[in-house]
Amino acid sequence: MSVEITGAEITVRCLQEEGVNCIFGYPGGAVLFLYDELFKQEKVRHILVRHEQAAVHAADGYARSSDQVGVALVTSGPGLTNAVTGIATAYMDSIPMVIISGQVPTEAIGLDAFQEVDTVGITRPCVKHNFLVKDVAELALTIKKAFYIASTGRPGPVLVDIPKDITQHKTKFVYPDKVTMRSYNPVVKGHVRQTKRAADLILSAKRPVIYSGGGVILSDASTQLIELTKLLNYPCTNTLMGLGGYPATDKQSLGMLGMHGTYEANMAMQYCDVLIAVGARFDDRVIGNPKHFSNENRKIIHIDIDPSSISKRVKVDVPIVGNVPDVLKELIKQLKENKTKSDQSALKDWWKQIDLWRARDCLKYDRESKIIKPQMVVEQLYNVTKGNAFVTSDVGQHQMWAAQFYKFDKPRRWINSGGLGTMGFGLPAAMGVQLANPKGRVACITGEASIQMCIQELSTCKQYGLPLKIINLNNRYMGMVRQWQEFFHGNRYAESYMNALPDFVKLTESYGHVGMKIERPEDVEGALKEAFKLKDQLVFMDFITDQTENVFPMVPGGKGLSEMILV
Amino acid sequence: MRHIISLLMENEAGALSRVAGLFSARGYNIESLSVAPTEDPTLSRMTLVTVGSDEVVEQVTKHLNKLIEVVKVVDLNDGCHIERELMLVKVRAQGQDREEIKRLVEIFRGCIIDVTDKSYTIELTGTSSKLDAFLETMEKSAVLETVRTGASGVGRGDWILKV
Repeated sequence: MSVEITGAEITVRCLQEEGVNCIFGYPGGAVLFLYDELFKQEKVRHILVRHEQAAVHAADGYARSSDQVGVALVTSGPGLTNAVTGIATAYMDSIPMVIISGQVPTEAIGLDAFQEVDTVGITRPCVKHNFLVKDVAELALTIKKAFYIASTGRPGPVLVDIPKDITQHKTKFVYPDKVTMRSYNPVVKGHVRQTKRAADLILSAKRPVIYSGGGVILSDASTQLIELTKLLNYPCTNTLMGLGGYPATDKQSLGMLGMHGTYEANMAMQYCDVLIAVGARFDDRVIGNPKHFSNENRKIIHIDIDPSSISKRVKVDVPIVGNVPDVLKELIKQLKENKTKSDQSALKDWWKQIDLWRARDCLKYDRESKIIKPQMVVEQLYNVTKGNAFVTSDVGQHQMWAAQFYKFDKPRRWINSGGLGTMGFGLPAAMGVQLANPKGRVACITGEASIQMCIQELSTCKQYGLPLKIINLNNRYMGMVRQWQEFFHGNRYAESYMNALPDFVKLTESYGHVGMKIERPEDVEGALKEAFKLKDQLVFMDFITDQTENVFPMVPGGKGLSEMILV
Repeated sequence: MRHIISLLMENEAGALSRVAGLFSARGYNIESLSVAPTEDPTLSRMTLVTVGSDEVVEQVTKHLNKLIEVVKVVDLNDGCHIERELMLVKVRAQGQDREEIKRLVEIFRGCIIDVTDKSYTIELTGTSSKLDAFLETMEKSAVLETVRTGASGVGRGDWILKV
């Protein structure tokens, strides 16, 4: 007979059973028993953040840069509401995560108790699923389900809300090996006949493009994507979320597509005759206006694990619902067995056309500038780290320059908030990345506006000795807002200028880290090298960059992909 | 176009709010919704009437299927189906009107289930359009109160929605 243990201990034991090494959180009244149990053991390491939003972003970065489920622990009420931004961020990018939130005791629910909030109600639209545990006997199974749901199918955050009394109640602990749910059976294998149709269509293409997204990263399908692309000798473009899925330095790579994608990628998307979409969802920042994108002569194959992603914004000719690596393996097999061969001369002409578009050199910028160009900083970062760093970013111009100028050759190296576009994501996400990859070099590319949204996490970095390298592209503006105001609002820079910025060097030093201010282009490389030499220290590099620089190419909102503004 | 969607879902607290929340979050219309437990008390059966283009309704069913607590979804418009709705309507019934209303109720195969000296309460079942038709035959000012359940639907013959 096993002894009865408390709900709090059960929760911690569940985390241990799931192989969770590291969780991110912040204590409070409703989770005190949980923290007490965490205190008594050593298997699950708890990282104390300075704000719950950061706990969730850190768990998110941890998940994105590894293949594990991220875990965050927050208290009831404000603890949970602070976490909502992080949860919504993870939801939009389909990140597997389990969030455990404390709740007021069961008998106090609904009575407007201290630090009470309707957690399940507030988070419902931004989680894959959520649970309120009402009986300690259901606790272990509920946590098992949470991990199962979060990590299978199209991944996403799952929240488990645990009232305080449940953490005190006792029961026997049994952790199920596996869980089956009659209402949740995600598809894995794609439809074989559809895959055959896709193979025929792919081989009939004269102007093909492979368009791959975050689904390739999340499902670890990079190997299969490379095999497919190499087998066919077709061009491949990655979305912002898919960077690293196909190596950026390979000659078949067209770079990123979309609002700030390359000229060649966007033109190829617009004018291809067969489009092979892999784990991507045709979102508004990627294809622009669907009306401008639509083209009767273009056939679309869409591989995705989520049926609701298919034909959502763009009508698809051959949908294949399934887990991307499984579908790609089958597709590669079909292509190899298929007697038809692709039209090599048409393909040659297509590559010629692509090379002409490439020659437009859409990412050029003034390399002779006397003021630091932000693009140059990212390029230098790439050189100094030899393309091997983990790079997180916040949201705005710096994010786009990072995506354009850091050539990601491996998946799970580029960590950014693509769907929700959450400023403040970069620093806490980098903490999670560093903890998941203790030996990795982690850079956070940010701007002076974004970084201030979670700057308090410099304190967490000090506590746990996280040697992040923060690249602050400081142009004294909310750059992307300023860019839109310049282009579309008659140069009226409404509230986009920051005229009371802190001295970032002093600020960083006050947190116990190293701060640098870099004002001349010739000092950029040296500063980066010096920073990366400081292996055990966080270095905040404040680069004073050109205030007027804009991100090009740009597809204005509501326009089509071929209607780019170029330099 | 009007679609009638039938679904089976776990009979759990909060499941209904997930369905309602999905519709409001994605801007879909709910014309009516009716839900109750089935012969298996762990399952609820819901009938949902929505209006939208085929593309929109396809997305609706896909998203309903994605909800973790939803076990099965069918669009009853995909095949032959039967639908019924229950209406309770309280009408002013005085003098000569009393006989006239009684005759109308008989024509619509309804029944009067509560009577006072001033009013009748009528129970009527049928398709939603039949109930609409009944209300149209009544003089507007005579209708004191209407309560409708929203449509319930079921596939014909062998078409069975079961786990």
